Amino acid sequence: MEVIIRARGIGRGSGTGALLVTDAPLSFLGGVDPETGVVIDPDHPLHGRSVAGRVLAFPHGKGSTVGSYVIYGLARNGVAPAAIVNTEAEAIIAAGALIAGIPLVDRPERPIGELPDGAPATVDAGAGDIRVGDP
Amino acid sequence: MQLDPDDERILAGEFGETRQQMMELLVGLGTVYGAERFVPIASAQVSGASYKTIGEWGLEWLSSLDARAVVPAVLNPVGMDLERWQEMGIDPAFAKKQEQVVAVYRRLGIRLECTCTPYYLSLTGYGDHLAWSESSAVCYANSAIGARTNREGGPTALAAALVGKTPYYGLHLVENRKPTVVVRVEGAPPSPDAGWYGALGVIAGRQVGSRIPFFSGIRPTRDGLKSLGAAMAATGAVALFHVDRITPEARVFSYDLGGLEAITVGSDEVAAAWSGIPVDAVAIGCPHCSGEELGLIASLLEGKRVTKPLYVFAARRVIREHPREVAVIERSGARVYADTCMVVSPAFERYGAVMTSSGKASVYLPSLCGGAARLGTVEECVAEATS
Repeated sequence: MEVIIRARGIGRGSGTGALLVTDAPLSFLGGVDPETGVVIDPDHPLHGRSVAGRVLAFPHGKGSTVGSYVIYGLARNGVAPAAIVNTEAEAIIAAGALIAGIPLVDRPERPIGELPDGAPATVDAGAGDIRVGDP
Repeated sequence: MQLDPDDERILAGEFGETRQQMMELLVGLGTVYGAERFVPIASAQVSGASYKTIGEWGLEWLSSLDARAVVPAVLNPVGMDLERWQEMGIDPAFAKKQEQVVAVYRRLGIRLECTCTPYYLSLTGYGDHLAWSESSAVCYANSAIGARTNREGGPTALAAALVGKTPYYGLHLVENRKPTVVVRVEGAPPSPDAGWYGALGVIAGRQVGSRIPFFSGIRPTRDGLKSLGAAMAATGAVALFHVDRITPEARVFSYDLGGLEAITVGSDEVAAAWSGIPVDAVAIGCPHCSGEELGLIASLLEGKRVTKPLYVFAARRVIREHPREVAVIERSGARVYADTCMVVSPAFERYGAVMTSSGKASVYLPSLCGGAARLGTVEECVAEATS
């Protein structure tokens, strides 16, 4: 069964992976290792988890604007998220996702806390939706 | 967002991959912030210039691009004086990486004036739309000049430089530029030095956060405005402020201040920012010095010798245009460097404590260089370096 959640698309392209959901904002600079894709911020709830290939859902970015380049580094190393879902995107995440070619949507019509962690999902930035579950 | 036919063609990739990616970045930014259209920009100032901050992945992304800036664009300060880095004691391995970053920006048509004071280089006027990155430059352009810019990140400022436009939102819109908090300064000295305004900015920035303050009780010069804004952008996230009867928009518009929260800052609080800790070096020029400031430092150093390292930072063009002042400063044993500053250069990691006239640098030095910072006026800084 597939649930379609409308959202605002930023950029283009689509990506599929298992949902990785957190209610904590994320700083990529110093927060995620660009070589491995593992969250290295010891204070973050996702500490020790890998974002590689996941549909990563978090409220919004924070920290240094250099975080955009860390997102690019994740993509170059093949350990980037398959897609990103934000409650409210801002410039660090948007710029990073756009230069790294990662599909990004924000303002989903349902709160990200209701997204089922671990479930398969497809984010389509062009269409502006998230499809959760098996089609 | 509403795009004109040329923008649509860029977005479709008709002008190459780089311009397409830049247009995607700008449209993405406009989408995030609800811009309805673009606005042409007069100039861009691009951050992400020091190898110390952007690292290997930033350099790789920049190296992948192939286009030329279509508006005047300058770089933010880098980690070293590009001509005198050896004299600064910069590690050759770092210098090599830094030179690679600079070479990439040169290829992209960004002028290698590496400065946080681009307003001294190209005419920036009231009402001009800009895409600038560095927080103190953004604050000065908006506040002291009345130009209009949001605080851009490195990639979006570069995209604006290569496309010549930026999304029309935020501080580009007059209705978003009204004061949102009042700051009353009590007991300001008759004609305070820029160092005093830096200390005021450190205190005020903590209280106003990202709001737009309207100041009364002060009459800063342009250098005072520069120092005040830089410090508020460091301790808060101030990108625009107004000063009663001084800044251009405060003179053009009559703002209704009734109903706004009012904060009072006393001169005793500002004085408390001063300390007497011993220091290993002295640094002036964050933001980069104006010609007037170089003149003041030269007059204070005339006929003296420094007894501890004294660094002065300014834009290369400002240095070239003031050869007499620079010669006097260097004759004392002090050094005037371009392209860099005490906040972005690894050269300052070797000092335990540094004295500065910059409120902004006093905030960043402890975390960036691992040392302590002591704040003073320009006069006190020169006295410390020659004592």
